[in-house]
Amino acid sequence: MINRNLSRRNFLGLTAGAAGAAALAACGKSGPTDKSGDKTGGGSGAGVATYWSLSGEPGEPIRQAAVKRFNDANPNSKITPTFFANDAYKQKIKTALGANQAPTMIWGWGGGGLKSYVEGNQVEDLTDFFAQNAAVKDKIFPSSFGAATVNGKIYACPIETVQPIVLYYNKKVFERVGVQPPQSWGEIMALVPKFNAQKIAPFSLAGQSRWTNMMWLEFLLDRTAGSEVFDAVFAGEKNAWSNPAVLDMLTKIQDLVKANGFSKGFSSIAADNNSDQALLYTGKAAMMLHGSWSYGIQKADGGNFVKSGALGYMNFPPVEGGKGDPTNTVGNPGQYLSISSKATPEAKEAAKKFMSTTLVDDEEVKGWIKSGGVPIIKGSDAQLSSSPDADFLKFVYDTSSKAKVFAQSWDQALSPTAAETLLDNIAKLFQLQTTPQKWVDSMNGVIGK
Amino acid sequence: MTTLAPPVARVKESTTSSGGRSGSVVWMALPAFLMFIAFAIIPLLGVVALSFTTWDGISDTIEPSGLTSWKATFTDPGLPHAIWVTFLIMALSWLVQTPISILIGVFIAAHKRYRGVLAILYFIPLLLSSAAISITYKALLDPNFGVGAGIGLDLLNQDWLGDATLAMGVLIFVVSWQYVPFHSLIYQGGVRQIPVSLYEAAQIDGAGRVRQFFSITLPQLKYTIITSSTLMVVGSLTFFDLIFVLTAGGPGDATRALALQMYKQGFQANLMGPASAIAVIIVVVGLLLAMLLRRLGGRADESMLEGV
Repeated sequence: MINRNLSRRNFLGLTAGAAGAAALAACGKSGPTDKSGDKTGGGSGAGVATYWSLSGEPGEPIRQAAVKRFNDANPNSKITPTFFANDAYKQKIKTALGANQAPTMIWGWGGGGLKSYVEGNQVEDLTDFFAQNAAVKDKIFPSSFGAATVNGKIYACPIETVQPIVLYYNKKVFERVGVQPPQSWGEIMALVPKFNAQKIAPFSLAGQSRWTNMMWLEFLLDRTAGSEVFDAVFAGEKNAWSNPAVLDMLTKIQDLVKANGFSKGFSSIAADNNSDQALLYTGKAAMMLHGSWSYGIQKADGGNFVKSGALGYMNFPPVEGGKGDPTNTVGNPGQYLSISSKATPEAKEAAKKFMSTTLVDDEEVKGWIKSGGVPIIKGSDAQLSSSPDADFLKFVYDTSSKAKVFAQSWDQALSPTAAETLLDNIAKLFQLQTTPQKWVDSMNGVIGK
Repeated sequence: MTTLAPPVARVKESTTSSGGRSGSVVWMALPAFLMFIAFAIIPLLGVVALSFTTWDGISDTIEPSGLTSWKATFTDPGLPHAIWVTFLIMALSWLVQTPISILIGVFIAAHKRYRGVLAILYFIPLLLSSAAISITYKALLDPNFGVGAGIGLDLLNQDWLGDATLAMGVLIFVVSWQYVPFHSLIYQGGVRQIPVSLYEAAQIDGAGRVRQFFSITLPQLKYTIITSSTLMVVGSLTFFDLIFVLTAGGPGDATRALALQMYKQGFQANLMGPASAIAVIIVVVGLLLAMLLRRLGGRADESMLEGV
């Protein structure tokens, strides 16, 4: 569940050569933009502290601006940032941690990944820091701290934005077909043949990325049985996946796949080049389940689509007879910044100052709102109404703040080992290569690992 | 007939004559040997050692755990599947590449200008990186925005990378597209080594082109075929970048070869122990295959030019 790059989608088709060249150019750009960050564990180079984060619009300029503000205000303890492309970063940071070459500040998604850093004694315990700086802690959404907490201690500072998963739809397509947005799972299944009859894909899905498929499981399980089922898995209870609600949910998913609910060839589409979103704004697909960050991508790439008000959005509808609270949502309750336990005392000091000043200041809040995101800072809703994207931002703010449960994405909540098995099985489920029962058996095998 | 033969035998003589000085030139192999130890042998030993440990790749402590990783690897149902996929890719890519490479190699071996120009064009895929090739093909084959959808040709508009069988076919095609030029180059060199006298003799005996190809060219290329096959077979064990970018092992696990399985275990699931075990398996299988192919080639000192 990841803040995908907002890079302009390579429009494919007949200009494949150009697309290849563009992709190459993108590859060149996505490497580290600052070489000096590579070898520092803190101390060498221009700054005392190093900061690794993700490259690409809209996040990179905002992160860069934050570092610049900090460096201007603290000429004696500068921060040197390095930006990486999303997928490259995930491997790079693991390798760096394993080799004791980690940066001072480690950007991440919290949850199971953070837990593995904690178990490896790689990150600093920030519980005391937040106790001493209660004012800073008070500024941040309390719900964002869940994924930053391991064994009752806080190991990361929530930063940037709240990103719930949203059901997007193309209003023009709904008008053309003469149907209404679905209010329940039954209505979703009823809509599928209607769109298919018009040669419009009911749902766009970038299945090769696997976490995209996972969002369907997360919502369906929550709506049918509530958040308790996955909580049991997360808590490591034996055979927690054997809950009958899970089988029911998996069968529903395969029913939707069999009914051609997803765009043609969905399993070979990767989310990285945003072509799943292109299907929605070009009207080739009617609906799409995606993270709130997708709004910014559709706005940038979809021409007049978002501006003309053709993009509809809603929370995932309830399932008939389901026990889950329909206000519940899933996604990223925030992004997270940890401090390396191997950093020098000066570097740690600079990092803490960065967290307690720059990352919670007004400029930071304004920057993220302008990018179409809802900051994790309390009271930022007052500023949302002045944004051109006020409606969507209000919707995200309400969805996040009114949700009875804001669950973290499964692949981020679980340990990397269990997450990989989960994603693998989900891909096979959508490919109809496995049955719901085999899925459950296979997943029960990695509980607590 | 023998009078027409070029002085091939002398090559052999010269090696034996230089053999007398070989004692003094052994040190020349030292730099290569040191590099080999530093970048192949030592990491290999490291991987073998890691396969007997439990490590998540992040923490400071690497715990020895005996055979745990090996047991986990061999009980993983994904392993037989990954081995099957690997050998399927190996066999299919060999079957597709070898005939095409030989034919192109023979074709461009002739000293004609237009063939020289064509030869240069054939080599272009070799200049591109696998990642670039994969990204381009992925774009071309996109089910919604690719060539098929662009021209509106239904035949081209398949679920190329989303259907298990088609995805494997596309993979073999792209692999061949990339590596056929390289193997053609090897065969071109091999064909040019064949003494012209053999063809002249065959012509006098009234053998046609096809007969000449099967009775002279192919048998003479025996060692070239073995060299090229070894490179193909052992190389296909380590295909990673191409598959990773093109299908990421999908759909499902339809194209998940051993190298990909290793990467997923090590760097995505944080299981360095089992990943190292898979790496050891890849090395052992690769060595066995290379030795087997050498055996197939018969005695190393056997000359293809005896009696010429």
